[in-house]
Amino acid sequence: MDKLWLIIKREYLTRVKKRSFILATLLTPFAFALFFIVIGFIFSYESGETLRIAIVDKEDIFKKRIADENNLIFKFENRDLETLRNDFENTGYNGIIVIPSLKNITYKNYTVAYYADNQLGLDVRSNIERKISNKIRDYKIEELKLDKDELEYLKTSVTLNPEPINPLDEDKSPAASWVAAAIGGIMGFMMYMTVFIYGMMVMRSVMEEKTSRIVEVIISSVRPFQLMMGKIIGVGAVGLTQFAIWGVLIPVLYLLVMLIFGFDPEQMNATASTGQEVDVEEIEGMLAQGRAAISNMNWWLIVPLFIFYFLGGYFLYSSLFAAVGSAMGDDLGEGQALTIPITIPVIMALYIMMVAIRAPQSNLAVWASIFPLFSPIVMPARLAFDPPLWEILLSMVVLAGTSIFFVWLAARIYRVGILMYGKKVSFKELGKWIFYKD
Amino acid sequence: MNVLKIENVTKTYDKNVAVDNVSFEMPEGSIFGLLGPNGAGKTSLIRIITTITGADQGTVYLNGEKLNSSHREQIGYMPEERGLYKKMKIGEHLIYLARLKGLSKSEAMEATKHWFVKFNIEDWWGKRVEELSKGMQQKIQFIATIIHKPKLLILDEPFSGLDPINTNLIKDEIDELHHNGTSIIFSTHRMEQVEEICEYIVLLNEGRNVLEGKVKDIKNQFKENIYKIEFDGDLPSNIHEMAEIVKQKEKSITVKLEQEVDSNELLKNLIEHGVHITSFHEILPSLNEIFIKQVEETLKPS
Repeated sequence: MDKLWLIIKREYLTRVKKRSFILATLLTPFAFALFFIVIGFIFSYESGETLRIAIVDKEDIFKKRIADENNLIFKFENRDLETLRNDFENTGYNGIIVIPSLKNITYKNYTVAYYADNQLGLDVRSNIERKISNKIRDYKIEELKLDKDELEYLKTSVTLNPEPINPLDEDKSPAASWVAAAIGGIMGFMMYMTVFIYGMMVMRSVMEEKTSRIVEVIISSVRPFQLMMGKIIGVGAVGLTQFAIWGVLIPVLYLLVMLIFGFDPEQMNATASTGQEVDVEEIEGMLAQGRAAISNMNWWLIVPLFIFYFLGGYFLYSSLFAAVGSAMGDDLGEGQALTIPITIPVIMALYIMMVAIRAPQSNLAVWASIFPLFSPIVMPARLAFDPPLWEILLSMVVLAGTSIFFVWLAARIYRVGILMYGKKVSFKELGKWIFYKD
Repeated sequence: MNVLKIENVTKTYDKNVAVDNVSFEMPEGSIFGLLGPNGAGKTSLIRIITTITGADQGTVYLNGEKLNSSHREQIGYMPEERGLYKKMKIGEHLIYLARLKGLSKSEAMEATKHWFVKFNIEDWWGKRVEELSKGMQQKIQFIATIIHKPKLLILDEPFSGLDPINTNLIKDEIDELHHNGTSIIFSTHRMEQVEEICEYIVLLNEGRNVLEGKVKDIKNQFKENIYKIEFDGDLPSNIHEMAEIVKQKEKSITVKLEQEVDSNELLKNLIEHGVHITSFHEILPSLNEIFIKQVEETLKPS
């Protein structure tokens, strides 16, 4: 036990003290922040150029009124198209829109000609189309002698509000399910990343010990099982450290970015909704519901369970990676084939997880969250949807049992593999190793 | 008292018998040569003694006790293929290995410092292993092997890759350990080193114990009554009747005597014939010759 602790400490400290680890841990959130800033900047970019557009509206469909915007200035022209075209250079316009007459009010398609030397950008084009469409709508309402207010009454926004069958059960806000999906997705994805990054780290480290031949010295002092477990636990602790640092750093950075760049939610809504008319109040309502849903989640259950699945999944997969690493020789490429059977279930689990978020009670989701190779990724994603207790318990028992079994199995392969050199390893060979006597 | 007793030990990998019913004893405080060609089962046997693997059959006793994992701390093992953590600092590395052998933190620190001073390498403490030359790494590896003062030291080809200066340095250390009562198993192909260092040997081939005993006894056992005589004057013509001439030069002759012929008889005969003898000595077979002969003999039947 003492020696296991020594090994864990070494595995942990040598990694955590490495400059590359410190840099990666500190810079990753900055890289993400930078990424989002750049993305935000790109999306908020508007062509600085202001377009001046002449509107030739002989029928006076628009009633000489159309709202200007920052980079769009409209002017109603009395001159006809021919005159404007001949003297285009001197008019100072960038383009001319000619509004044709609307002969039949039932027409649903309406083509408007835009005369210009330059093509319009996609955004500007759809913006102008929407403006014209709105004006045509107003014109039609007037022609049909409809009441504009009455028309507004036709619009109804519908929300499906989930209510429990048993009135004593907790009532869920409508936002609960998308909050659950988001949390589930994040959890599932984190599990997936963990298994890959840290599982691979265990594998590489086992390989290095084998190829550098230090392993023989170490296992003349400790049992191979202690060395393997020390490595798995040490690397796992590195993973948890990294998550903990990010857990603090990312919210802090997020706040800093908000403060420095002043992305307050309302402004973001405003930029997001330049086109669609989304009610700011409505969005704020949704945000409030979301916040309520997050605080209504049963975190006392979800967090411990998440840690359980994290550990279960990590032990299960990293022990397999350790076994494969022990079988690899100096030739990394040759051994790569051995990792494929481990990575396939992880990737499958990720896809099943995505389906499980959309349909958390489907047969696929339920069984995948019990099957131990998938459950570490699928079950955390389902937890936010309150799966039945028996499913959680069954899945936990199966995962714990399988993890212990896989660790045992991996240790059997590992103890033979680390001392085996110059042998091309197949799965049949690995299978044989399990039954070797000590 | 025997420090190590191997009793009918057998180890099989798959269908390949690596160690086949090997038995021998190693006296306490001796330097013991474990010899054999490649694939003879030396490494497999060493791995059993170091408790890295277990024997399928048979028993190993260390100081009279059945070998178990608690004995690891009394054994120091330097494998043929050396290896250290390349990125680790040397001081930390030695402390780590010492602590895995059961030393406390302060003991490990003290022992490491002791060796740094002894080998005059104090300024290496903070260097990484990868910054050292191969010979220097070997030195560190040697320190790591003996830092916990093992009762039984197992060295697999300890001098391979060392320059003559470092070879002597390590040899002196081995001598010192030997004088302090450490029992040393020395596994090698280099017979001249075995003759120089070892008191006892065991020769393995194809997993079996082919030959064992004191180096002196073995050499006597394999002696072929060959003598080298240096002389002045002319040899008598009847010398062919007394001995078979192996090699003849102007002033020296190497002869092989029949089993029943006493070497004194030959000398007497020569002196009576007026030959002036300047030197006379028996030529014992080198371990190298015995090694090759034995290995070839065990190969023949198969």
